[in-house]
Amino acid sequence: MREVYLDHYAATPVVTEASMAMAPYLDDKFGNPSSLHSWGDAAREAVEEAREHVASLLSADPAEIIFTSGGTEANNTAIKGIAYASRKKGNHIVISEIEHFSVLHAARTLEKLGFEVTEVGVDGDGVVSPAGISEALRPDTVLISVMIANGEIGTVQPVKEIATVARGEGIAFHTDAVAAAGYLPLDVNDLGVDALSIASDLLYGPKGAGALWVRHGLRLMPLLDGGTQEGGRRGGTENVPGVVGMGVAARLAGEDLGKRAGRLASMRDLLIERLPRAIPHLRLTGHPTNRLPWNASFTVEFIEGEGMLLLLDQVGVAVSSGSACTSRALKGSHVLSACGVPAAIGQGSLLFSFGLDNLPEDVDYVLEVLPPIVERLRKMSPLFDKFLKQGGGQDSTVQ
Amino acid sequence: MNPRNVGEIEDADGIGEIGNPVCGDMMSFYIKVDDNDRLSDVKFKTFGCGAAIAVSSMVSEMATGKTIDEALEITRDAVADKLGGLPKNKLHCSNLGADALHNAIEDYRSKQQAGEKGDQDG
Repeated sequence: MREVYLDHYAATPVVTEASMAMAPYLDDKFGNPSSLHSWGDAAREAVEEAREHVASLLSADPAEIIFTSGGTEANNTAIKGIAYASRKKGNHIVISEIEHFSVLHAARTLEKLGFEVTEVGVDGDGVVSPAGISEALRPDTVLISVMIANGEIGTVQPVKEIATVARGEGIAFHTDAVAAAGYLPLDVNDLGVDALSIASDLLYGPKGAGALWVRHGLRLMPLLDGGTQEGGRRGGTENVPGVVGMGVAARLAGEDLGKRAGRLASMRDLLIERLPRAIPHLRLTGHPTNRLPWNASFTVEFIEGEGMLLLLDQVGVAVSSGSACTSRALKGSHVLSACGVPAAIGQGSLLFSFGLDNLPEDVDYVLEVLPPIVERLRKMSPLFDKFLKQGGGQDSTVQ
Repeated sequence: MNPRNVGEIEDADGIGEIGNPVCGDMMSFYIKVDDNDRLSDVKFKTFGCGAAIAVSSMVSEMATGKTIDEALEITRDAVADKLGGLPKNKLHCSNLGADALHNAIEDYRSKQQAGEKGDQDG
């Protein structure tokens, strides 16, 4: 059976060069980067080299990179760390409704601690408007956070324009670049942001590593108190093998970015073009063109995402769904709901996230195996039944 | 995933529905009752996750051939046990099959009563 992994937003394989570079740091180069002897030196040099690679991917100064345990910690550090450090200046935070949970829930935790949070909505394509952000600002706003691009629907946000708004008001602006790093060109100065989060495991590095870039001079209270690692902004002995792997992955992503993005986008476009022709009552979610090169996301009406996911798995295809039943929270996707997708339709969401290991033939395979699965589940669905009995069948554009 | 008894009974004696698509789970059960008050045929349609589909299939298998009184004794817990357990977070939302079956039996009984009443009137 053909095996087609199309869930790279959940995990990417570690690129061989990265895992090979990591191996010595799990073996004889086990030293602690804070140690002053030669074992420590070897580990420290490796961490600093990785820091340069990560900084280079973002056109940033290596001294501004804080290594973390991943994207979630990077986002938590930014949201909580900047908010705490600016509390004397103000108490208000502005984020978008479609932020990743590590931003959304960090902001909600701050709300419980007395901060006020405004969540700015999006349009039907999932775009945050800079004017909407501008309107949400108050004299006591200390932080804005809007992601570079949303991983679930692919929509790329007008971060540069939002940065101009933030800068005009002198408000710190953080952006979550976890879904975008390695796939879209990111230059922190060109973007005009003040803090940016990335994760290793979405750019072919190991899990358990990530980074937060913070502009010089921006005050940040550490999330993890401890020693003086990471300039005193993140206590705890560095995850040396993870950081080394992330460094190699970041270097390769930077060197190959245009080519990678082009290859992924061509497979994405093939699926986006053909799948709606093969399956009726299927709609693309997110922006039709301005989207992450790896992301093709859809809703399939009258059925639930998990059924599709499980049946696809039986024929060797791995995808994910934002439906309530696949998230253990048992709530529908907050992102689709913010885009105005009705809750029942949002239950039938499917996310294909392409990766470097995919081939155009994988798209052909999905086009072959998915339509009969959808048909089978629709035959099982009382909703499709009702739709047909109401004379739906003839009308292919159901709203 | 290979559910049994998927479908609809055209001239069902009872139909039971439960849930709604907004929550992510919706089930319809169709039953056919023979002269001995036994469920001679049970079919279902389900909109929902893998657990919901498995529950529906299991309920249909457990109920087929039982008398309606026996079928009313099929509980959510019995279904979950028979499936070898369900994840905790699925126990409530997806485990609606027994309720949908009971609704179908109630539908059958109310139709019976209406029928008897109709007979007396006539």
